[in-house]
Amino acid sequence: MTDAVNEQQTVAGAPTVPLKPLGKVVAVTSGKGGVGKTFVSANLAAALAKRGMRVLVLDADLGLANLDVVLNLYPKVTLHDVFTGKAKLEDAIIRAPGGFSVLLAGSGMVEYSRLTPEVRDDFLRIMSGLVPHYDIVLLDTGAGISDVVLFAVSLASEVIVVATPEPTSLTDAYATIKVLVGQQKRQVIRMVINQTARLGDGRAITVQLQQVLDRFVTTEPGRPIKLVHMGDIPADPAVRQAVMRRQLLTLSMPGSPAAMAVGQLAQKIQETVIPRI
Amino acid sequence: MAFSRTPSHVEIDQLQLDDARSLLNRDSELVLPNPDESAVAFLQGVIDGLCELSLKDPLTGLSNRRHFNSVLDRTIDMVARSGDPALLLMLDIDHFKRVNDAYGHQAGDLVLKAIAKTLCSCVRPMDTVSRYGGEEFAIVLPNCHAYYGGTIAERIRQTLQDLPITIGNNTNIHITVSIGGAYAPEWVRSTAVLWTERADIQLYRAKTEGRNQVMLDTQQEIFVSAEEKNMLFGHLALGDPAWIEGVANDATNATIAQRVN
Repeated sequence: MTDAVNEQQTVAGAPTVPLKPLGKVVAVTSGKGGVGKTFVSANLAAALAKRGMRVLVLDADLGLANLDVVLNLYPKVTLHDVFTGKAKLEDAIIRAPGGFSVLLAGSGMVEYSRLTPEVRDDFLRIMSGLVPHYDIVLLDTGAGISDVVLFAVSLASEVIVVATPEPTSLTDAYATIKVLVGQQKRQVIRMVINQTARLGDGRAITVQLQQVLDRFVTTEPGRPIKLVHMGDIPADPAVRQAVMRRQLLTLSMPGSPAAMAVGQLAQKIQETVIPRI
Repeated sequence: MAFSRTPSHVEIDQLQLDDARSLLNRDSELVLPNPDESAVAFLQGVIDGLCELSLKDPLTGLSNRRHFNSVLDRTIDMVARSGDPALLLMLDIDHFKRVNDAYGHQAGDLVLKAIAKTLCSCVRPMDTVSRYGGEEFAIVLPNCHAYYGGTIAERIRQTLQDLPITIGNNTNIHITVSIGGAYAPEWVRSTAVLWTERADIQLYRAKTEGRNQVMLDTQQEIFVSAEEKNMLFGHLALGDPAWIEGVANDATNATIAQRVN
């Protein structure tokens, strides 16, 4: 498995086609930072947990993510300690307030932000061992198209791209989608549009992105790209309040419009993304 | 005085500088300051000279492998930060062994020197030309866009092919090179290993597919053109508030159409 991944190195050092994308692994990514990717990952995890699923969120930004800040968790043992052999994987997995598990990278992981074959192998090994213990694993990736991000996404069977209606966010989301289509031969990419002003804006944006892709990105015949609109999260002052209090919105203000939207998103993911056994 | 720093005095005579001096003396260009006039200037000269030597290939005067690696790392950092694409070219002299076998190793050295000199004249001062291995050279070209890379590589190949190299009395020979190249694309933080690996693959292709040619890694286009941007949110820029509703209606209709089908 490891060898196969190494053979398929591409521009950014990520495998072109994940040989065995790990089932039940969903990457949450975005072209641009600051669009609420970590907010979505964390609250979605809580909403899925509330639906009775065993959920793990993995900080796949290797230490640059804000997952610890959002969840207000500062564990003594992190993925970094597992990488350096100082701790066991089990000890690095902690319980988040929303009833899900979380594996934080730790600031030391910045050293690993250069993706060497060894780091890839370690990461793959850790992931493969974790997946069977959960109903769903969410990868909170970094922003942009670094090789770490592409590698993390390549491990996932499903990708959710989070964007906001702002032009800069859309451009970067579009660029990310192009890379995922070109390098990883992804056909289905799921969209979540955050901070929408009106009902229907998110779907309109997804449709717009789809039209630009159809026009400018050529794929192999019979393998069209499909953007699936998973939902909108409305702009909601409650989000800011929750972030400032460093609480999960789905726990502190479950009745707020944004929290309700995340709940619907969780339902849709449970119904459509999780492979039925 | 409690707060004053005592300057440390170094007696030049007590330092073992013979090896360093003889190393530096071999490099005829370097003139060390007189240690009797200024010990600091002299020591600084020795240190600078040694640093210089440690980064240079002794035969060709190009950057050596060590310097090349640090340039590569620095370029990767710059590309990740600035988004400017950079090109790495790997060059290998075709059938270099034949030159050595036919004319001897001294002739081989002259060929390497001549190529080194010509390579430096083919590229910009900001580019780093290095001797990567025996008959292999590497060039890092920062801020080199995809549409120029092929032209530059081809110019290098052509110039070297046309270059008469004098290796003895009345003996001129011509050599050719194979060139492989790869870009460190915008936004992506690659690694030195992966980047050189990709350029090496292209060099191998150039070799196996007949030599004396250029092969560049065709990268996935990840930049978003003005045309795409225009279509993405041209409507927004025009301040047309109707577009979102329009597209939303299209979407709803499309969904209904799908259901009907």
